[in-house]
Amino acid sequence: MIVNNPFFLPKLETVIPVLISPFSDILGTGSLVQNASVSIERVVLGFALAAAVAIPLGIGMGRFAVLNDFFDVTLELLRPVPPLAWVPLALAWFKIGIVSIVFIIFIGAIFPILLNTVDGVRGIKNTWVEVSTTLGASERQILTKVVLPGAAPTIWTGLRVGFGISWMCVVAAEILPGPTSGLGYLIMYAYNLGQINVIIAGIIVIGVIGLAVDQGFKAVEKRWFGWRGLER
Amino acid sequence: MTLVLSDVSRTFSSENAEIIEALSHISLSVNNEEFICILGPSGCGKTTLLRIVAGLESASSGSVSVDGVPVTRPSPRMAMIFQEYSLYPWRTVEENVMLGLELRGMNKPDRMTAAEKFLDLVGLKGFEKRYPHELSGGMRQRVAVARALAIEPSILLMDEPFGALDAQTRNRMQHELLRIWEKTKKTILFVTHSVDEAVFLADRIVVLTQRPGRIKEIVTIPGARPRERTSEEFGQVRRHLLDMIREESDPIQ
Repeated sequence: MIVNNPFFLPKLETVIPVLISPFSDILGTGSLVQNASVSIERVVLGFALAAAVAIPLGIGMGRFAVLNDFFDVTLELLRPVPPLAWVPLALAWFKIGIVSIVFIIFIGAIFPILLNTVDGVRGIKNTWVEVSTTLGASERQILTKVVLPGAAPTIWTGLRVGFGISWMCVVAAEILPGPTSGLGYLIMYAYNLGQINVIIAGIIVIGVIGLAVDQGFKAVEKRWFGWRGLER
Repeated sequence: MTLVLSDVSRTFSSENAEIIEALSHISLSVNNEEFICILGPSGCGKTTLLRIVAGLESASSGSVSVDGVPVTRPSPRMAMIFQEYSLYPWRTVEENVMLGLELRGMNKPDRMTAAEKFLDLVGLKGFEKRYPHELSGGMRQRVAVARALAIEPSILLMDEPFGALDAQTRNRMQHELLRIWEKTKKTILFVTHSVDEAVFLADRIVVLTQRPGRIKEIVTIPGARPRERTSEEFGQVRRHLLDMIREESDPIQ
């Protein structure tokens, strides 16, 4: 019964056409590609902002106990709060619009990036730093030649996890009232019109993009950071 | 080049604010191109002493000077070789060796030439593009030696560099080190807890006491190199040193 009910599970023949014509308009909301690029744009913005704040802060916290003591308690308090709990506050501060969405993504991405960066920097072997010191490295050179490359694999893991969360956040934020574009908006709009095939197509696209980006992160990890776990 | 340690002492304060004396009144004058081994029971502060000479730590009192210039921080005239885990796993062998020169801003072709020269010297020609994890323990220490030599220091400080190697590799590395030393004419300060190693390598052995480390005796090792480990002479010196070390070792250990 459920299987035969198109409202639960639409026939494959109704989903495929949506997927194979990604440039044609869907229900007047724009095409799949248009909506996907809007979502990607938002994610990239929020994610890049989060990385720009989290990586320097994490390096500082990892290297200097003073900075760590200063930020640690606040961050530990904020970290368990689900990103979506920030939505009302985001709306109050930034009103409905791109800024609120980017803010939610930022909140979602910043903690994994920050925590991994701190971990990566703390994992730098003291001998690595001392070798460079005895070879004449300045503080700045220690940072660029030892700390950054040494922590890079762990920071990369943080970016990968952070991106995954960003992607979830953008879809969730677009489902909420306000936005008029994006993949989250598209599937919610399709729900309102009872177009289950569009919802399924949208979910597939969301999944594929998420997977593709994650595979990209993984490929870089393998190519550049293969040394991690092999060091001795 | 002369390296002089005058009246070097070092104290630490423990967690409950007790003052622990690690090194006490160490004075030593090292001649140019001399091979000195610092020998002592574990916990006697020999690594701390080497780190003070390297400028990585400071003495609580007393001073270290090279040609009359006090050492307050790491100097390009000295290079240190650590026990292990000192190579950068994300850099190839050659990139590891070039690091010191890179930090000085030397251009890449010159760095490459230098790396090639020193890798050849330590017997690692052909391994330039390998990564540290692809090398054996002995080879990794050869890279560390090449990296230290590349900055052309006059003094090499070695902190139990062969301590993590198996006995056979260790013996071979000792031979290699002597060959390199004779070729490059460096002054070497070599920390070890192996009597055998010290007798095989050193011109003079500085024996430290149990904490706080003081100089118990400085033993001059006779005999031309390469020394025969099984010779009568070697055996006598060894026995003398072993007796001394035994006196110093904690009876519980």
